[in-house]
Amino acid sequence: MGKHTVPGIVEGHEVAAAQLSKAPTGITGLDDLTLGGLPCGRPTLLCGSAGCGKTLFALTFLVNGVVDFGETGVFVSFEERPEDLDANVASLGFQLADLVAAEKLVIDHVHIERSEIEESGEYDLEGLFVRLNYAIDRVGAKRVVLDTIEALFSGFTDSAVLRAELRRLFVWLKEKGVTAIITGERGEGQLTRYGIEEYVSDCVILLDNRVEDQVMTRRLRVVKYRGSAHGTNEYPFLIDQEGISVLPITSAGLEHCVSHEAVPTGVAGLNDMLGMKGYYRSSSVLISGLAGTGKSTFSASFVNAACERGERCLFFAFEESPDQVIRNMNSVGIQLKRHVDAGLLKFEAARPSLYGFEMHLARMNRDIERFKPDAIVVDPISAFRGPSSEIHATLVRLADICKSRGITAIFTTLSSPDDPANESQRSVSSLMDTWISLADVEANGERNRVLYLLKSRGMDHSKQLREYQLSSQGIRLIDVYVGPEGVLTGTARIAQEAREHDASIQRQQLTARRHREMVRKRELVEARIAEMRTELEMEESEFQTLVDEEDTRETMRRSERGAMGAIRGHHSDR
Amino acid sequence: MTSDPGDAKRMTAQYRLRLFISGSTPRSTRAIENLRRICEEHLEGCYDLEIIDVYENPEATRDLQVIATPTLIKLLPEPSRRTIGDMSDRDRVLAGLSLLANAPR
Repeated sequence: MGKHTVPGIVEGHEVAAAQLSKAPTGITGLDDLTLGGLPCGRPTLLCGSAGCGKTLFALTFLVNGVVDFGETGVFVSFEERPEDLDANVASLGFQLADLVAAEKLVIDHVHIERSEIEESGEYDLEGLFVRLNYAIDRVGAKRVVLDTIEALFSGFTDSAVLRAELRRLFVWLKEKGVTAIITGERGEGQLTRYGIEEYVSDCVILLDNRVEDQVMTRRLRVVKYRGSAHGTNEYPFLIDQEGISVLPITSAGLEHCVSHEAVPTGVAGLNDMLGMKGYYRSSSVLISGLAGTGKSTFSASFVNAACERGERCLFFAFEESPDQVIRNMNSVGIQLKRHVDAGLLKFEAARPSLYGFEMHLARMNRDIERFKPDAIVVDPISAFRGPSSEIHATLVRLADICKSRGITAIFTTLSSPDDPANESQRSVSSLMDTWISLADVEANGERNRVLYLLKSRGMDHSKQLREYQLSSQGIRLIDVYVGPEGVLTGTARIAQEAREHDASIQRQQLTARRHREMVRKRELVEARIAEMRTELEMEESEFQTLVDEEDTRETMRRSERGAMGAIRGHHSDR
Repeated sequence: MTSDPGDAKRMTAQYRLRLFISGSTPRSTRAIENLRRICEEHLEGCYDLEIIDVYENPEATRDLQVIATPTLIKLLPEPSRRTIGDMSDRDRVLAGLSLLANAPR
């Protein structure tokens, strides 16, 4: 058993058989996982412990067969009575009675009461074969479910006979060419309690429900699938009023096409901070911040802008009800109600504790498939509980699902004041293309909000810290004062700006005074120069006067001497 | 209904038995022979045995919850009991017919 197929690896000779025809289950995700459905015309073993959804799975396979694929079915119940089955699945919208009345479905309840039976000699289970054959032929069934055939083991003591008959039954089902699901109860150390996996070797699917931290998560694993490739991991699945959905990983690859288109963030200043004037379409954006920093408001701004462009948005709210979100966003001038009315915006709200983390993701995946949004918001991812490795693994899947579908995804996460980049944030941050960090700056008895872009892949983005305000007009970004005294926000920023203003006036006044002083000094000096010049001129004129007087006197003296000489010469000559 | 005019007749058919067999296999034949013998010995004249071939009447398997063949169903007297096998274990068959307690040791 199992030596022909190594899980996850398709051997060479079986690649050709990959054309193996398959019967689609119509169960979201499971058909992706099995690349088409269950092996057509062969039996599949579906095993799992009590309450993990075997009966529902099998019944969904039948009902979908009738409704979606035009294949009639037979449900042989060894445990539940038809009325009980009917009641159990009515909540899912299955009308078994109608299908039975329309001869599309046969429900046969095989009742075995051990205490009523005496065994006397040899027997076989030909009665069951005849019964099954009769039911199959009556509606021309292509699909058969035996739920849970192991109940036979409690009805008959001779297990050797029973095993031989079961082996014969599975061969017979194959010959009959019906696609069958045989359910089995999970056993200790083996897949089923009585080891019937030994007889069903084509396809084995294991269902599991585990409770961790008081939260139950359902998981599915394709243990083997002879002749076909299949996903080999455990996949979470979900059962709710919409039926069963399995979260597939076929979409979780890195082959998705990237977009070069930018989608505006809905916040004018933030668009400018991102080099692209927005986020890249189909990118993942993380908005982290403390309580009350406006993470939801940033998300809502984006949603609002997207809806105004006519795009479809899905808002997963895990902390607030849709009405509460709409009301709260009204207070910051973001009108979301009109988009909801226009059918562009859809809220999906659930308490995080309602299901496990993976169940939420399965649900979100289903909602995304149904609504086909252009953008989603998950507010907040920190609401999920669980080991960070699991959170990471499932968020990778969600991010990949969005990427492959070209959906821009906004995730918000609550940071703790002590550890702004906590474990869970660190683990998801590597998935994110853009990370906007919102922070509180507390100083001078007030709290102000600042944001910065921690990263934004593939664009030249601003590295600056920016203050922003939430007002009735939405989000407004303000330039933050970055100076020698650090980053200042709020009134501190305003005060600092005022101080700077004062200082500059003072400087101006000082310059003016100095200027005036210089003028005065110049005037003074020039006055003194003028005075000295006057003095000099006076001295010069005085000196000239003296020179003139001397000249006059010299002239006089010379004339006097001439006269005296004349007199003297006359007298001596006699 | 005790004053039914067919009282005497019903007394003769006090045991209403159905034996389901699957075709004419040796096992089916054996079951019929074994059962007939036991009935003749223990219920002579007061039983009504109907032998049903599941291939010929498959719907009956559903109505009477038949899985194994051969299956003997004692419809009357109540409670209904069933015995499966080729009826080769006489005591088991008698137990299935609720006759063991009355049978001589």
